[in-house]
Amino acid sequence: MVWIPSLMRDLTGGQARVSAPGRTVAELLDALEAAYPGVRERLCPGGRLHPSLAVVVDGRRAPLGLLEMVGEESEVQFVPAVSGG
Amino acid sequence: MPMPRDEHQPVPEEPAPLRVIGTRPPLYGAVDKVTGRAVFGADISLPGLLHGKVLRSPHAHARIVSIDTSRAESYPGVHAVVTARDLPEGAGERFERDNTLAGDKVLYVGHPIAAVAAESPHIAEEALALIDVQYEVLPPVLDVRRAMEADAPLLHEALRTWSLAGQAASPSNVAEHLQHVKGDPERGFAEADVIVERSFTTTMVHQGYIEPHASTALWHPDGSVTVWTCTQGAFPVREHLSSLLHLSMARIRVVPTEIGGGFGGKASSYVDVVAALLARKAGRPAKVVMGRDEVLKATGPTPGTFIRVRMGARRDGRIVAAEAELCYEAGAYPGSSVGSGADTIFACYDIPNARVDGYDVVVNKPRTSSYRAPGATPAVFAVEQVVDELAERLGIDPLEFRLLNCAREGTRRVSGQPYPRVGFAEVLEAARAHPHYRAPLGGPNRGRGIAFGYWGNWAGQSCCTISVNADGTVSLLSGSVDVSGALTGIAMQAAEELGLELEQVQVRVADTASIGYTDVSAGSRTTFGTGLAAIEAACDVIAQMCARAARLWGVPVETVSYDRAAFTTSLDPTKRLSFRELAAQLSATGGPVMGRGNVDGDVLRRGGAPGLHIADVELDPETGKVTVLRYTAVQDVGRAVHPGNVEGQIKGGVAQGIGWALYEGCFYGEDGQLLNPTLLDNKLPTAMDIPEVEPVIVEVPDPVHPYGVRGAGETPIVPVAGAIANALYRITERRMERLPMTPAYILERMGVI
Amino acid sequence: MDGKVRVQATINGQPVEFLCEPRQSLLECLRDVLGLTGTKEGCSDGNCGACSVLLNGRLVNSCLVLGVEVDGQEVTTVEGLAGPDGLHPLQQAFIDHAALQCGYCTPGMLLAAKALLDREPEPSEERIRQWLAGNLCRCTGYDRIVRAVQDAARRMRREADAHAEG
Repeated sequence: MVWIPSLMRDLTGGQARVSAPGRTVAELLDALEAAYPGVRERLCPGGRLHPSLAVVVDGRRAPLGLLEMVGEESEVQFVPAVSGG
Repeated sequence: MPMPRDEHQPVPEEPAPLRVIGTRPPLYGAVDKVTGRAVFGADISLPGLLHGKVLRSPHAHARIVSIDTSRAESYPGVHAVVTARDLPEGAGERFERDNTLAGDKVLYVGHPIAAVAAESPHIAEEALALIDVQYEVLPPVLDVRRAMEADAPLLHEALRTWSLAGQAASPSNVAEHLQHVKGDPERGFAEADVIVERSFTTTMVHQGYIEPHASTALWHPDGSVTVWTCTQGAFPVREHLSSLLHLSMARIRVVPTEIGGGFGGKASSYVDVVAALLARKAGRPAKVVMGRDEVLKATGPTPGTFIRVRMGARRDGRIVAAEAELCYEAGAYPGSSVGSGADTIFACYDIPNARVDGYDVVVNKPRTSSYRAPGATPAVFAVEQVVDELAERLGIDPLEFRLLNCAREGTRRVSGQPYPRVGFAEVLEAARAHPHYRAPLGGPNRGRGIAFGYWGNWAGQSCCTISVNADGTVSLLSGSVDVSGALTGIAMQAAEELGLELEQVQVRVADTASIGYTDVSAGSRTTFGTGLAAIEAACDVIAQMCARAARLWGVPVETVSYDRAAFTTSLDPTKRLSFRELAAQLSATGGPVMGRGNVDGDVLRRGGAPGLHIADVELDPETGKVTVLRYTAVQDVGRAVHPGNVEGQIKGGVAQGIGWALYEGCFYGEDGQLLNPTLLDNKLPTAMDIPEVEPVIVEVPDPVHPYGVRGAGETPIVPVAGAIANALYRITERRMERLPMTPAYILERMGVI
Repeated sequence: MDGKVRVQATINGQPVEFLCEPRQSLLECLRDVLGLTGTKEGCSDGNCGACSVLLNGRLVNSCLVLGVEVDGQEVTTVEGLAGPDGLHPLQQAFIDHAALQCGYCTPGMLLAAKALLDREPEPSEERIRQWLAGNLCRCTGYDRIVRAVQDAARRMRREADAHAEG
């Protein structure tokens, strides 16, 4: 289950959550792109995850980003990347 | 390493007793620090050392028409002059490069333009005056809301707003717009019986570390370079040097010195590339030490902000809707802490319907850097006053109101992420039970305020190695620099895991040639993340030593174990070797043993650290002066590895928060000049200004760390300004909508002036 | 370099002779000429106290004193605090009370505290806080420094009493 960021819901017809198949975040993005063209360019301009973003899988920031494995029941979110002082 | 506990598996009620963790040994390096032997950034000296000084922009916004360095170059005693032209063509990311040495534009007063290396700092300074720079002065934009307007002067003609809605078509000072939406905020507000909306502005504040930035570079005949620098992270400095000098990482060795405070400000590199360029051009080692005015003008303040918060609650005390708009000054280049501000603003609460918009905005002030829980303090200053006002309007005790609405395990944040186990409620309950909360105030013009804050904590990447010595001691190398005692906490975790006394663990910070990549010591991550690396290295040592014992005893390795007292085998109860006894036999059983720990702690980390602060203040109604009388800071730290050190972090964080709340700030004139570039006017709290802060440690172990460590360093600053503002409300009946809350501002709010 | 001045002084009890430029501060002379880098620079305008030293027993910001001014004078820096018998009671108390974190303000803080205890062996907390207000610390929030100074004062009074009796 992918949580669609509010600013991208124009691409999903207003849907906040959509399901897509895939074993990794990258595969899941491929499936999303097929269903909702434009998703990839928003999240991964130039093919790489935008540096301001982090992938969250099942509540945990996924250090592998697009390579992160996801399960069938996984929840995937895209959130701003933050660090600390 | 032992696999971190699965989060679904509860931490055992009675874990094995810990011998080292939870004790309060003297901090590593303390003797060197009290005797003056500790080597800080500016203490590096080398034969033939030259001294570098940096020419900085007198204008907040100007185009550089020309730079003539010829007179400076021929000045007696000068050995090199460098400008951006000395950087390799196309090297480095554009903004990073331009902030190191300006390209075609200067974007803030203090922006580095050129540098001189000379026999003495005085000669270098004299030569700076001989560099002729012609400027075309442009109008500056200094206020975040003005910078967002369509007709504002543009800092970067090519900058267009990026967001998940796509890239905007036309240029703007807004670098990024981020948004979180949860539930249906409109419907939530329609359900609310009480709605409060307020707007807040906060001023840029400097981290105020007492040690100015300093860097020394020495080039070797083979074209490699060694750089000694005071930094929160040697590896990011190496990466920065590699990128801007177009130099292989194998040719750069960064040696981190002791660091005289950083608080996020030394997570950025300012003078390392300049020192390296000067040293290379001069053919002699060069040291660049910043003056205090340079530190205040050109290094890392935290963003000034404009924050609007609107929240609604029902009569039964439940918050049902919230909305926030956060506009953060990034300074001259994009990258403010608005992301973590947006992440933190509603983090303490379970709110079904919410919307947060954040804007990262460039202005003609220095590029901002992290400052202890970056972005969180202004956000919490804003939201905690609105929460307080809701509680008041509903007639509910402010602490009970927070308890009624606090986030719990499984609560979804506004960004959608669910919380793991975090001690929000435990912290509130400990505060409610603390005698301070009900104690009499004891006089007129006094008030008590509370505020609730959270910092998400970061884990990052870390490396440690542990080498076993023949006498049974070990040498631990840490990739993390020692920021305020972190190294002691790392060594304590290794000692615990190895079953050794802390005195048997020699610990040093490694340079970049001696260990693997390790992130900056920041984000409340070091004791957690580098602690994990130390534990992993210790477990590697134990596994290798078990194999040696198996070899000695002629038994299968699976039968050998170590219980932190002795190596034994299940096959023969008479076989038993202490760590020390086995260490003495390493040489004869296969050679040296060295354990390694290399971890990405973010694989594990999910939960942060909440804190509830109680502040008693007294206001002089004639002068507006505020005195903090009593202060209690309750915080969930997971597990306090070194409770004394954790308390020290809490006391220090609160002290910084008090300064930020009441007087600290970088104040700029209309032309963009910093009006207070000294510590006289850019006032930091003194021993007269800070009461004895009482830390209350709550330990709700983080289930992902073998010892339950959460990280503690940043949360202590987050609630302070909010708690003091709420205390002032009790006295003045006015909400404080600006930081710092100076006497003049308070009197203005009270209608006295 | 032309125009250097010869300075003779007693530094940490030792006679020292060095050359300095008239424009060099005592802080620069200590650090760059004599290699005594225990004294720290935080601001060079007298506002942070990191460069505090004792000049003839009096507390000064060494950034505000010229090197040439110490000719014939006595200077005590952090390097001169510990004796042959070990750490000075203030140094020990700072370690025991964890009165330091990054340690950058510590040398100045120790010298400032020594100047106080040398003249007032039993200062009140208020007096200690007031006296140390010229020395900025950004890490600790100060209360452990105050406790350390109080504790060192007790230790020094005990030592002085024992000395008087012995």
